[in-house]
Amino acid sequence: MASIWEYANPKKFIDTTDKLLPWISILAVLTLVVGLVWGFFFTPDDYRQGATVKIIYLHVPSALMAINAWLMMLVASLIWIIRRHHVSALAARAAAPIGATMTVIALVTGAIWGQPMWGTWWAWDPRLTSFLILFLFYLGYIALWSAIENDDTAADLTAVLCLVGSVFAVLSRYAVNFWNQGLHQGASLSLDKEENVADVFYHPLLLSIAGFILLFIALVFLRTQTEIRARRMRALLTRERLS
Amino acid sequence: MPDLGKYAAEVLSSYGISLALILGLVALSIFRARRVRESLAEIEARSRKNG
Repeated sequence: MASIWEYANPKKFIDTTDKLLPWISILAVLTLVVGLVWGFFFTPDDYRQGATVKIIYLHVPSALMAINAWLMMLVASLIWIIRRHHVSALAARAAAPIGATMTVIALVTGAIWGQPMWGTWWAWDPRLTSFLILFLFYLGYIALWSAIENDDTAADLTAVLCLVGSVFAVLSRYAVNFWNQGLHQGASLSLDKEENVADVFYHPLLLSIAGFILLFIALVFLRTQTEIRARRMRALLTRERLS
Repeated sequence: MPDLGKYAAEVLSSYGISLALILGLVALSIFRARRVRESLAEIEARSRKNG
């Protein structure tokens, strides 16, 4: 069996992901479309929240991906720091705009959902605030990559920023449990059947989550390939200038 | 179209904004991938020619 470190070779990574990308993309579109159509058209209104419950199929998966994209970046950054594999640093860079977009979706849909339910678009609630800080970390991370010309230095500094930001990624997930206060409810998905959302909402929600995860993987593959090629392009242009 | 009652604006705007952001991200990623791939092929061909 091939070692996972073989994929640290840029060519091997591109060859392998080239084969996987069409299948993951098709699967992502299928699960997303089925999950969202099922949730939007074929589920009933909630007895307390009315039709706003349909926002759950976007809000929960995007919030989940906002946190997990950062955790994926953390793992990739640690691999860069420890083993100096360029592909892992570039994968972290590739994931950041996806995570930032997911955070915006979570924040916007949360505000739109919150207005009729809580009577306000925004509250300095632990979960909302930690999510906003996570978004600012995403922006800082993307800006730092763009601001530094040397790729290795940029990878080093952004890896450190990623480690610091991980505190807020974890906090975003567990803020409700840490401070048992604020407007935001606890987790929608739970192993405890009493706390979990009702089955009628749960199954399309699971499909939507699967769709968001597959979309994230497909986009990370595509964008990492692009970052690898862009890095090679910069190296060739530098060589051209020097000769 | 399901009857969204008094929450139609909230639900539809949530879906509209989210889908626009997702489609925008996908389109930008594909566009940049294509552009970088073409530029790299051009530069590689040039450097092969120049030895």
